[in-house]
Amino acid sequence: MNEMSTRAKTPTLEEMNLIKKFLDDTTLFLGPDPEIMQNHDLMPRTEIEDAAIGKVSDAHTVAKIRDRIQSGCDEGYEMVEQMGAAPGAKWGDVITGVYSASGDLAIASAGGVLIFSALVHHPIKFIIKNWMDDPTVGVKDGDGFIHNDSRYGNVHNTDQSMIIPIFHKGKLVCWVASTVHEGENGAIEPGGMPSMAESPSDEGLKMSPFKVVENYQIKRDILTFLQNSVREPKLQYEDMKVKLFACLRIKQRIEETLNSDGPEALMATLRLTMEQVRAEVKRRISEWPDMTVRSYIIQDSTLRENCVVKINCKLTKTGDRLIFDFRGSSPEFTNRATNTIVAGLKGMLAQVFLCYVWPDLPRGQAAFAPIEVITDPHSIVNCSYDAPNSQSLMSIFTGFTAGQHAVAKFLYSCPEKFTRVHAPTFNMINTFIWGGVSQHGETLGNLCADLNGMGAGATASRDGEHALAPIFATMADIGEQELNEEEVPFLQLVSKKMTRDAIAPGKYRGGQGYTMMVATKDSEQWGFMTTAQGAKIPPLQGLFGGYACGTYPLSKVKDVDVYDVLMNEPERFRHSIEEIMNEQPFEDADYSTHHMGMGFEISKRGELFMISQGAGAGYGDLLERDPENIIKDIEEGLISPEVAARLYKVVFDAATLAIDFDASEAARAEERQARIKRSVPYAEFVKGWNKPKPPAHLQYFGCWGDDVGTLYMGAPDITRRGDQPRPNYMMHPKDVRIAELEARLEAAGAMGDEKK
Amino acid sequence: MKIPMTEYLRIDLETEKWECRVCDHVIAPAGGNYKEGLLVHNRDPREIHPPIIDPDKYRFTFSPDPEWVRILEFCCPSCGTQVETEYAIPGHPPLWDMQVDVAALKAQWAARGPAALPDAGPVVMPERGHSH
Repeated sequence: MNEMSTRAKTPTLEEMNLIKKFLDDTTLFLGPDPEIMQNHDLMPRTEIEDAAIGKVSDAHTVAKIRDRIQSGCDEGYEMVEQMGAAPGAKWGDVITGVYSASGDLAIASAGGVLIFSALVHHPIKFIIKNWMDDPTVGVKDGDGFIHNDSRYGNVHNTDQSMIIPIFHKGKLVCWVASTVHEGENGAIEPGGMPSMAESPSDEGLKMSPFKVVENYQIKRDILTFLQNSVREPKLQYEDMKVKLFACLRIKQRIEETLNSDGPEALMATLRLTMEQVRAEVKRRISEWPDMTVRSYIIQDSTLRENCVVKINCKLTKTGDRLIFDFRGSSPEFTNRATNTIVAGLKGMLAQVFLCYVWPDLPRGQAAFAPIEVITDPHSIVNCSYDAPNSQSLMSIFTGFTAGQHAVAKFLYSCPEKFTRVHAPTFNMINTFIWGGVSQHGETLGNLCADLNGMGAGATASRDGEHALAPIFATMADIGEQELNEEEVPFLQLVSKKMTRDAIAPGKYRGGQGYTMMVATKDSEQWGFMTTAQGAKIPPLQGLFGGYACGTYPLSKVKDVDVYDVLMNEPERFRHSIEEIMNEQPFEDADYSTHHMGMGFEISKRGELFMISQGAGAGYGDLLERDPENIIKDIEEGLISPEVAARLYKVVFDAATLAIDFDASEAARAEERQARIKRSVPYAEFVKGWNKPKPPAHLQYFGCWGDDVGTLYMGAPDITRRGDQPRPNYMMHPKDVRIAELEARLEAAGAMGDEKK
Repeated sequence: MKIPMTEYLRIDLETEKWECRVCDHVIAPAGGNYKEGLLVHNRDPREIHPPIIDPDKYRFTFSPDPEWVRILEFCCPSCGTQVETEYAIPGHPPLWDMQVDVAALKAQWAARGPAALPDAGPVVMPERGHSH
């Protein structure tokens, strides 16, 4: 018996091949492939690439071809930005790129959302692995593939890619792709990023990579199905065409290179570009000090309810290895949309380097390829297939900030820098997502470009810039709200006005954010949502003694028609959230504040919804801030005189703002002494401060202190091991509220004889 | 050789100590947590990020919730310079944020030499601009 069972357990090679063939032939569902999705490094150099490099490796030829391909990508990018129908296209939420025959992104457009540069290679590798040799699909000249499901690659399923293979004399030489944040995708809420999603089935279209173009023509039957699945069918069609034609323009530029220099020169250029960037990244890392830096960023909501969600980051550099360790971060939420697949996190970490540390490197996948990332399985930064992820931005952005904060501490002592040492940039998409039926009768769903107006972090030698750019695209645009208003039935009554006192102080202060007030005007079927964290806890950390930003709520004024007010009593209107909420100038109106996770809400004509973009973090001790710059901030309406005087200890004349330098120096010296007096030695402090578990009054998720192996799940007595997944359900906020109210009724004896 | 590691901290490679760059105070062993040689203050975040809208009327005011987050302010015990801040959940142990491999740092700088030292440094009081 023993011999027989031993034989049964050890199949021969032939039997193994038979088993493999059986499994391959009978795969019921080609889901996301972990082998592809967990790997962000470059594919091995192929024999064809090796032979090509043997023929062409002259640096001048490679540089010439690289620049030509780069220009082609930029040309494609311009086409999409100019012709795309999605608001995202118009403000640069776009990328185009050329991928190697194996699917690695070698060269991307200089502008646009660089996170895509680290993430669109996954669906191409899926196509190569599964469709290339499949007789029912295949990959031919003239084909085009579409994709948007982030479980197969990319950030979230509001981003759609068009991917085309490039052949030369019948042989595949490379791929071209164009990606746009399209917005609408038929999800449970309009606009493509539902925070109400409780499972992937609530998130709208989930396109695994499939063929939608043959002979360079979009297949009308499939197109119609896609249009029928979203709220903006015309946009779906127009942008598929735009992306296809952008790809074809890049194809044209590649063919010019193929004709002038041959396929070997092209393939050698793509491969050498990636290999050289990868090698340069390792060289640059080796210049950093060997060190471990720890940081954490707190998310204060799931967008449905306020709670404390930890993003834990330990960054270790040894020699030329750099390892991001996110173990200890919150468990994934089984029924909340703020989870991300790990590739999304990696894509955002790539942005730390491409946008803020080494912006001189050619854009592409190679810049992050040698950097390692560790996470817990089924965590908020490495979620499972079954977890919703339509609001993954919340976790990839806070993960980005943890990384940006940690990296700055390595860079300070580095003799070789490519940018200034930089405090964290604001990281939340404080903007309005909107949807409904427009004044023209069109069904629409999308968002305002103000998400691109994030305040920049301060640097080692200057203040952060206001409302500069989103953290995922340093070369993007805020667009023209007035143009948008021709298409949508609401106005931004106040737009781009800096929010006074919403500050991040420091020796150099963070760039500030601006106020947005919107009100619906010409539709009875129109609403808004907001999807950001940071109304109770700042989503940043300051750098080297600087402070983070404050917090940013949503304010509403209901039971008012501000258009009537503006028509009949315009003097009542105020232009800041501060004045409207504190003075309450509209009689009988209802004034309220909320966290920034407002689910889609229908708005009546003239009701006000008010938010502010956020500030980047401050840098250095605020007592070192130049008094003249403080006065300039007062003059520019960034900070009130009272707050400036109290925080910065600068003394000035209230009427003329003339600085009394001697008095300021004395006040600052006094404050330094006061600090020493009110502070306590570290050892003494931690005795009173440190607690063994998270506080019971907070719903806390993630590790506590140094024990990264234990993840808390909403209460001090509910935990899981980091490496042992467990479901993590949240109650519906309305059920929570009902339970609270019922408990009060019961305590008051007012439940009557209701049976349970 | 003294290596500037942050805006206000350096490591003296000979003595293997963290030092304050503003007042030269010796803070802590370089292989350890520099915070252990600093003073700490548990700051109510509302003092730094003041409410913009009336906290008596509204739940959310642009000011962080002091029951949810505190600001740990770390300063030099000698000169009072604010070296670092940490936005922390109440009771969460402060982070050992920079754990340096001192032997590797020494070897790295022995190979580089002092000419490579970055020249950026703190300016405690800025020069007065002229005014009219």
